[in-house]
Formats: sequence, C-alpha cells, structure tokens
Amino acid sequence: MKKFITGNHAVAEAVRLCRPDVVAAYPITPQTPIYEQLADWDSAGELGGTMVKVESEHSAMATCLSASLTGVRTFTATSSQGLALMHEMLHFAAGSRTAVVMAVVNRSLAAPWAFWSDQTDSLSQRDTGWLQLYCEDNQEALDTTIQAFKIAEELMLPVMVMLEANFISHFMEPTEVPEPDQVDEWLLPVNIPRRFDLSNPGFMNGVVSAKQYRDFRRLASDAMEHALTVVERVDKEYESTFGRSYGLVETVDCADAELVLVTTATITSTARVALASLRSKGIKVGLCKLRLFRPFPVKALRDVLDNAPRVAVIERNISIGREGIFCSEIKSALINSPGRPKIQGYLAGIGGTDVNTQLIEWVVQDAITREVFVDQPIWVDDAVLEGEAQ
Amino acid sequence: MNNNNTIDVLDAGHAACPGCGYAIGMKTVLKALGSKAVVVVVPSCAAIIAGPFPNTSLGVPSFHSAFEIAAPTAAGISAALKRQGISDVTVLAFAGDGGTFDIGLQALSGAADRNEDFIYVCLDNEAYMNTGVQVSSSTPMYSWTGTSPNGNTKNKKQIMEIMAAHRIPYAATASIAFPEDLMAKVEKAKTMRGTRFIHLLAPCNTGWKIAPDEAPLVSRLSVESNIFPLYEIFDGLRYEINYQPKRLPVENYLAVQGRFSHILPDQIKAVQTETDRAWAELCAREARTRQLYGDTPVAIDCESGTKEI
Ligand SMILES: Cc1ncc(C[n+]2csc(CCOP(=O)(O)OP(=O)(O)O)c2C)c(N)n1
Ligand code: SF4
Ligand SMILES: [Mg+2]
Repeated sequence: MKKFITGNHAVAEAVRLCRPDVVAAYPITPQTPIYEQLADWDSAGELGGTMVKVESEHSAMATCLSASLTGVRTFTATSSQGLALMHEMLHFAAGSRTAVVMAVVNRSLAAPWAFWSDQTDSLSQRDTGWLQLYCEDNQEALDTTIQAFKIAEELMLPVMVMLEANFISHFMEPTEVPEPDQVDEWLLPVNIPRRFDLSNPGFMNGVVSAKQYRDFRRLASDAMEHALTVVERVDKEYESTFGRSYGLVETVDCADAELVLVTTATITSTARVALASLRSKGIKVGLCKLRLFRPFPVKALRDVLDNAPRVAVIERNISIGREGIFCSEIKSALINSPGRPKIQGYLAGIGGTDVNTQLIEWVVQDAITREVFVDQPIWVDDAVLEGEAQ
Repeated sequence: MNNNNTIDVLDAGHAACPGCGYAIGMKTVLKALGSKAVVVVVPSCAAIIAGPFPNTSLGVPSFHSAFEIAAPTAAGISAALKRQGISDVTVLAFAGDGGTFDIGLQALSGAADRNEDFIYVCLDNEAYMNTGVQVSSSTPMYSWTGTSPNGNTKNKKQIMEIMAAHRIPYAATASIAFPEDLMAKVEKAKTMRGTRFIHLLAPCNTGWKIAPDEAPLVSRLSVESNIFPLYEIFDGLRYEINYQPKRLPVENYLAVQGRFSHILPDQIKAVQTETDRAWAELCAREARTRQLYGDTPVAIDCESGTKEI
C-alpha cells in the first residue's frame, strides 16, 4: 500500500513488518518519531514484541545485544549523541556476533549543538564491526530496514541503516509499504543461535588469550567480507518479491563519463537532477551512489571507477584533520587501479546546509576543468558559489 | 530450607585468590539459585572467577557482559526468554560494588525503575579489586586503597536506600558468615518477579589485607558489630531486620583488617558513632514499618549502643 509518510515513519513501518521480539530505545531528535511510533503500536498491542523504554542509548544497546544472544529479533534506533554514547556497546554487539538492527538518523554531533543532517556520527562508528548502509530516500530507508534483518541474522553481524536528519527523517514522501504476509513470507521467523542453553551451559565472552583474540577478529573479518555477497544477494531476493533493489553501489551514465561524481544518501537525489541538466549541455558526467559503506564494496567501486579519468567525491561529513571520510575510503580503494583516476574531495552540506543543483554543477565544473588535484578537501559553501557568480 | 534443587554450580579450580570471601559468596548464591538459571557477570573478580575462555567454573549458561550494564543485560535476556515462552528460568546478574554503586548505577536504576525481571547480586568488596584495589563509592570511611593511600575520606554510599527508593519488590543485605540466611534470601527472591536486589558483603582477602582463612570471621564481625546489619526491604517500604546482632564494638571489626591498620582512636570513635546512628535509623524504619503496615514476624531488640560480649 502507498502511504504518504516521513522516513522515520517508513522505518517504523518496516520494523513492525519484521515482527521484532525486543525493541529497546531512548529518545533523541530527530530519531524520536521512530520511537514514538513504535511505542504507539506497542500500547495498541500491534507491535507484537516487547518494548523496553530504557534510560539511555547505552542501555538500549545493552538490552538489544543480550536479547539477540538469547536468540530473538531485536531493533533500536538512535542518532548523534545517542550513537556516540553507545560506542562501547557497538563494539560489544559486533564482537559478540549479535544480529541487532539499528536505524541511525544522521545528525550533527555536539559541540556546538545542532540538529541538522551530518554523517559524521555514524562514520565515527566505522570500526565497530557493524555493517553500514546509507539510504537516499524514504522508500530506500524502509526497504533497507527490512533487508537489514535478513542480512544481520544470516551473518550474525549487526547492521546499521542510515537515514539523514530532516531530509529523510521528517520529509514526507509517497512510500510503498509492503503487505505483512508478503514480508512474513520473505523474512522467516528469527532462527539465530540461542546462546544460553540450559542443557548445554557455557560461559560466553570469557577472557581470551592474544591468539584467541586474533582468531575471533579474523572470523568477524571473514564474515564481514562474506557480507558483500550476502548484502547483494538479499537485495536481489528483495527485488524479486517487492520489485525494488539498490545494489552495493548504483551507477548512472558512467560508461563514457569524463568525470564520475560519487555521492551518498540524499545528495544523490539532487545530483540526479543536476546531472541530467549537465548531460543535456553535453558534459560527460556520470554518477556513482555509494550505498554500502561497511563492508566497503571495493570491487564494485573499482568496476565503476577504475577507468574513470576523474572522480569527484561530494559529501556531508568530515574527519577533521584529513578530509571527507568517503573520499579517503575511495582513494584507498583505487590506489591499485591501473588507470589511477584523479580524485578530488568536496565538502558540501556539512551541518545540514543546503546542497542544491547549482552547488553540484559547480563541483562538476570545478572537477572537470581542474588542472591540479589537491589532497585537501574543497569546502563548497555560499561564498564559493557567490564568488563563482561574480 | 529446601536444598533438593541445588547443585554445585561453582566448581573447584576457579581463579580467585586463596580463601576469597567473594568466591564463597558466589558459590553460596549459585547453590541456592540452582540449575534453571542464566547468569550475567561483568568485569570484576566475578568474571575472573567464572574462568578464562573456553573454561568456566559456572555450571549454568552465563555471559560476561560489559562493566556498567549488568542490569540491562539481565533485562534483555529476561525479556527475550519470555518472548520465547520460557518463564521458569531465573536470570541473575553478579556485579561488583564499582559496577553497581558507581559506573552501573544509572543502568541499574533504569532497570529497577522499570521493575525488570531479574535478581541482581552486588558482590560488595568495597573497592575496585579487579583493577588492583582502588577506591569506589562503596569503600568505607578511613579504609586504605591504592587511590586512598591515607584512608578514604567519605562514608560508604547507601545503596540499599537507593534501591529502596525505586520501590522494587525485594532488597536484602546478606553475608557469607550467614550462609543459610543468604541462601534463604536467594530462594525467596526466586519466588518473586521484578527487580530483586541482594547486597552481599563479600570480603576480599587481598584488598582488605586479611589472612586467607579470615573472610568468614571478618564477615561475622561486620554483622555482629552492626557495620553490616542483615535486613530486608519489601516494596521499598517495609523493613525487616533478620538478625539480632551482638553489637560488638566496631574496633573488633576494624582491627583485624590491614586496610584499617593506620586508623586513629578518634577515627574508630567516629566509625562507632556513625554505626550506632545507622543502626538506630534502621531500627526506626523497622518500627515505622510495624506502625504503618502491621507486625513484622521477627522481633529484634533495637536499642542502640554497644554491648561488650
Ligand atoms: C567502561 C569500563 N571502565 C573501566 C573498566 C575497567 N575495570 C574492569 S573491572 C574494574 C573494577 C571492578 O570493580 P568492582 O565492580 O568493584 O568489582 P571487583 O573487581 O571489586 O569484583 C574496572 C575499573 C572496564 N572494564 N570498563
Ligand atoms: S582480589 Fe579479592 S575478591 Fe578478588 S579474587 Fe582476590 S580475594 Fe577475591
Ligand atoms: Mg569491588
């Protein structure tokens, strides 16, 4: 059924469809509507599972991870400060090989205080061992959330689904909400190990030796590598039932492109519009949307970018002291490309500032005419755009 | 006491220091808990005693969680078991005083406020022992620790009052010197639902600087001198004192422990005064319980003051 809903609502719909057993959450703008919506359904007896209204995000993750180890389906959602507070538990949830699914509404981290879209919160959790998927719109947020349960429970690795503050969390879009029986058929009841088995008592997470630690990390790393296949397969399975899929990366007009613009999340939608206009002016520009960030889809990216002469990465996050985080990752993925594409990073939309078509066109013009590619990010802000207009 | 259901769930070969009073506490609790249980431990001596991977001294399924999340870990397991239709398995969390009074207090308070269904046993050895004896908010006044080298300068936090303020169905103090009382409390807790809290004074031979065979003696002295009275609180309101102490001078308790070796006569007096005050306060609460809620079954002579025996 098509519904005109916000991205937060779309995520909540997806969670309800997946019949979670334990949902533990704590409010934070702009995630709160997910929590409230699930709580509403819980009080109406429509959620099915147990809702634990914890006193912090740290405890939300503690509750979810232990419930997951007990063998049930678990979900939480957070944002920004809440995600940062969870950090210790994120490592713990992944290291314990749980199947927790979490929606993260990307929001600027304090200080200073702000409530705008910025991806640095989830990207700061890069090394926690969670899968990370970045969504472009409400529909993708809903579909990815449903896919996430299947992926997490197959791999026994936790999955984070990112939607941007305001642009997705609060903007309304017509969104196809699948029928419950369709989802039931596609996502079978949870069947993950029940770690606390009375007939076979063991002690989970005992202190390990250095070698044992290394071996556990190796296993998790292998599972993460295998995740590339699983994410791709689940996406295809989803398509065959629901008619929508997203890939690890998505490409538009890349084959003959002199410049490929790499984007994630909502900037992609604006880029689609800008690129159509640029193409109509004869500018050979392509678009590569990165959807999966962990595991990093090196092969999928190299297939697109190995032979691109120029690459521009435009992004709404920064590793202060370096550059945009996606840009660094893409550079490292292409370091052994035979064609050695030139790569330039652009920071746009930091703190939720507007990224419009004019800005994207400026980036394309800059990257396509640039003689020297620099290893610092170029901040694209109003001043740059106005300077260009003068 | 019904012991039919008990098993030896803490095996020999665990990794505690010789004579460890804390390990005796764990063993006694586990014995009363029985085999239909899931146990959570968090970083503390309990996690060491539970054993290094892949070995374990615990005879029930158990989980080494993170330091400050004993309560929400137990809550998560308990909620998940219920979703699986399992209602006859008790979830019990062990945490140290640091993991309870300090870093885990917020999470414990949240879980207690929601009256999550588990038994929480605070193994209180009055300092951070796993990390080598540092002061916690449970460390008593004047006690030496590695971070209170001249003696602690503040009174022990009143965790039982904090737990009572949550109006949880059951909170009790217990001692390894009174194993039957301890086991009865665990068994009573098992019959209840919601958040049940047991505050177990767990002597640490290493950190308290006592000989390997002195943990039970020191525990007994803690009760008999009123440093650590044995009582229960029902629904956070009704107090019941379980044992009539001999009211030995606190000096008896302090003098046998190396951690108080530097204590001065005035300081001993101060401890005595505070102990008498706390006992009078506890007795007043029990009397108030009787006044408001009717008779409690145990009659205790609640006059304050010290008797020489
Ligand atoms: C977040 C965090 N901070 C610090 C530690 C280090 N740590 C592990 S055990 C411990 C001491 C535990 O003290 P307590 O809870 O009293 O238990 P005990 O060791 O005395 O049994 C500390 C500080 C940790 N594991 N996690
Ligand atoms: S440090 Fe203390 S509590 Fe820990 S095992 Fe040794 S004696 Fe027991
Ligand atoms: Mg301690």
